[in-house]
Amino acid sequence: MIKFRLEERAKSPYWLMIVSPFIAILVAIILAGILIILAGANPFESYYQLIIGAFGSKNSFAETLARATPIILTGLAASIAFRAKFWNIGAEGQLYFGALATTLFGTGLVVLPSILMIPFLFIMGALAGGLLLLPLVFLKLYYKVDEVVTTLLLNFVVVLLVSYLLEGPWKDPMSLGWPQGKSVIDEGVLPQILSKTRLHLGFIISIFFAFSVWFILSKTVIGYRIKSVGLNAAAASHAGVPIFKTVLIVALLSGGMAGMAGVTETAGLKGYLTLDLSPGFGYAGIAVAMLANLNPIGVIFSGVFLASIYVGADAMSRAMNVPTYLADVIVALTVLCILLSLVFVHYKILFFGVKKND
Amino acid sequence: MTTLLKVEKITKKFGDFYANDQISFEVNKSEVLAILGENGAGKTTLMNILFGHYTPDAGNVNFEGNAIEFGNTNNAIKLGIGMVHQHFTLAENLTVLENIIIGRQSIFSLSLPKRQARVKILELSKKFGLPINPDELVANLSVSEKQRIEILKTLFLDCKLLILDEPTAALTPQETDALFSTIRNMIETGLSVILISHKLNEILAVSDRILVLRNGSSVGEIATHSADRKKIAEMIVGKKIDYPQKKKIPRKSKVLSLVDVSYDKTDAPNLIKVNLDLYGGQILGIAGVAGNGQTTLAKILSGHFKATQGKIVFNEAQSVLTSPKSFMDLGVAYIPEDRNSDGIVGDMEIWENAIMTEMDDPYLRNSLGIINKKTSFDRSKNLCETYDVRMQSIRQRSRLLSGGNVQKLLLGRWLMRKPKIIIACQPTRGLDEGAIASIQNLLLKAQQNGSAIILISEDLDELLTMSDDISVMYKGMLSDPTETCSTDKLSIGLRMAGDGFL
Repeated sequence: MIKFRLEERAKSPYWLMIVSPFIAILVAIILAGILIILAGANPFESYYQLIIGAFGSKNSFAETLARATPIILTGLAASIAFRAKFWNIGAEGQLYFGALATTLFGTGLVVLPSILMIPFLFIMGALAGGLLLLPLVFLKLYYKVDEVVTTLLLNFVVVLLVSYLLEGPWKDPMSLGWPQGKSVIDEGVLPQILSKTRLHLGFIISIFFAFSVWFILSKTVIGYRIKSVGLNAAAASHAGVPIFKTVLIVALLSGGMAGMAGVTETAGLKGYLTLDLSPGFGYAGIAVAMLANLNPIGVIFSGVFLASIYVGADAMSRAMNVPTYLADVIVALTVLCILLSLVFVHYKILFFGVKKND
Repeated sequence: MTTLLKVEKITKKFGDFYANDQISFEVNKSEVLAILGENGAGKTTLMNILFGHYTPDAGNVNFEGNAIEFGNTNNAIKLGIGMVHQHFTLAENLTVLENIIIGRQSIFSLSLPKRQARVKILELSKKFGLPINPDELVANLSVSEKQRIEILKTLFLDCKLLILDEPTAALTPQETDALFSTIRNMIETGLSVILISHKLNEILAVSDRILVLRNGSSVGEIATHSADRKKIAEMIVGKKIDYPQKKKIPRKSKVLSLVDVSYDKTDAPNLIKVNLDLYGGQILGIAGVAGNGQTTLAKILSGHFKATQGKIVFNEAQSVLTSPKSFMDLGVAYIPEDRNSDGIVGDMEIWENAIMTEMDDPYLRNSLGIINKKTSFDRSKNLCETYDVRMQSIRQRSRLLSGGNVQKLLLGRWLMRKPKIIIACQPTRGLDEGAIASIQNLLLKAQQNGSAIILISEDLDELLTMSDDISVMYKGMLSDPTETCSTDKLSIGLRMAGDGFL
């Protein structure tokens, strides 16, 4: 029997930190490849189809980036919150709240020229997402109610609210009976940035916010406070860091990012609110944030990576006749492998009896 | 005398750093060996090697003539080595009995052999003078009771060598005495003990031999009966210690008074009508057994708790105080008793910790809230130089600092603000002699500069050398202060036990 134990590294080597996520992805792909074989297809050909499906043409590439747009924003939402150890699992609900705000303000209630209308919708979406989190922050700080539970459960409440509105008062009379909201007015629709594709301005906006969040977290007092609260709230409080205010800002920023993901989908991709607006983008954001090790710039890459798996898996499924659910399996395996790789980054493995020379 | 444990030339490196460098020693049967050294001298690493947590890079360990298998805790336990860690490893939601037998069963066995275990535990408890109730929940126990459980856990596994890592760090003087009589009981029945500590007085009281480590190497071994306190202290530190010399300075104006301050909630020990006056240039010592309300008082004075009744008056003006920050702005500095969990953010870099209290300073940030790294680095370097925080780089993670350097960083961070009032809770607890002297000297210097200091400590020697006046806290009540020169250990000790309180 091979015996081994882990020993913490005093310092993790740089090359290992950079290489380890790629190795983790490679391992995940190999493991998923076994499943593809079990599904009766050739894994190499399947992965080829997946890559072609995600990046092979202008259209597929654009589709991947369009899919990445909301995932990057919800990934940012999770990154900010998790850095402060505020476990916001409610990006899905906040996304829908942002979409509700877009429908409320963007379908005729307010009419502004495009240059103002689009920022206005983003602000409203962000506010909606942030405000949804606000009562939960108070519950956490005053009554110690676990935010994992409240944010998660609120997702279902919000989705049911959306369902009610779309089946009832907000149902578009022109929709031929489908449960969908009224179309966003032309001034509010996010313009295409690549002709004849579904890629819209939202992608640029999500990149912009990734850099903004990076700047806030790494260069400003607020980011510094978020970090200190996340790493040791008691010590931060003793040094005069306002815990309440900091957590409040975290919640507003995090909820705001997720709310804006609702805006990009409603005003960008679809043009109106539907019940299937998000196939779990809020939850995907958590995986994206974990893959990026909560780094906002890393979120851009992990968001595009995740989107490419989902988009490519559709093509792979059609071409190779394997289930699309393989996409979920690949993503889940990747997250697990990345988490495991962090163990190797922070610890070294020592085998019993083997003389080890550094 | 028979040799139980023989350690030969143990070397352990972490990267380029030698945590242990060719350390050799022996432990005989029925003997207490004390291992002394500063924080970071390599004591804990050495014990972790003996107990199988670490694998050394070189060296051998023989236990009863058999070489021990490194890196295997189960093997160490099987041979008869038991260890009680500084931080306990008990499951709070289980009973005492369950905690003692847990983990020794196969993971697949469905029942725990509680009945035989109970008999054995009660027997051991009687034999070694470790009173316990096997059915009590561990969450309800005090620190010293938890320690008893840890010791029983090792005795239950028939250990022959017990390693105690800083066992008295969180004990009161009485509990410490009880622990020492348990240790003597063990020695009489043929067990051996390795005691790791940096409290010299205690070591001198209970050990047979002393091994001193410094910077990972062994610097000497002495029989306790021929040891000299000062000489050992200097062996530990490796240089002459600058012991604090108290100078009394004339009292300045009143900076703080508490009038009938009470605290009546369930989340912390309560206070009952505490009255207190504090003057600039005064050090007021507060003695008391842990858990009698000292921490509550400190937290009220630093804004972390809100008094349920009574008045707090700063500088003759009653201020409206809402947050720790507002107390800071009035010139209050608070050294929390647990510097690792409440003082420092271990995973942030040294410079980040150094400027944490200063985030409103326009020198360190612009009006948009963007941190100026250059000035922040300068400030941090300056702090570390001024207060002798020894580190490799200000970009180093703070958790790698030793306890003494963490405390110097935290204290320095406050002293840079020139505080009017310093509330220091157990500022030297768990530190080695050299660091204790540095911290005490810094506090005395702050007093010379006019700061008023409330020194909360369980170390009576410290209170008697440092304070101008001493009050005693008992069950939430605070006695009137007595001048230090007109009191002594005995009378303070009696009051700590409730004498003179209604």
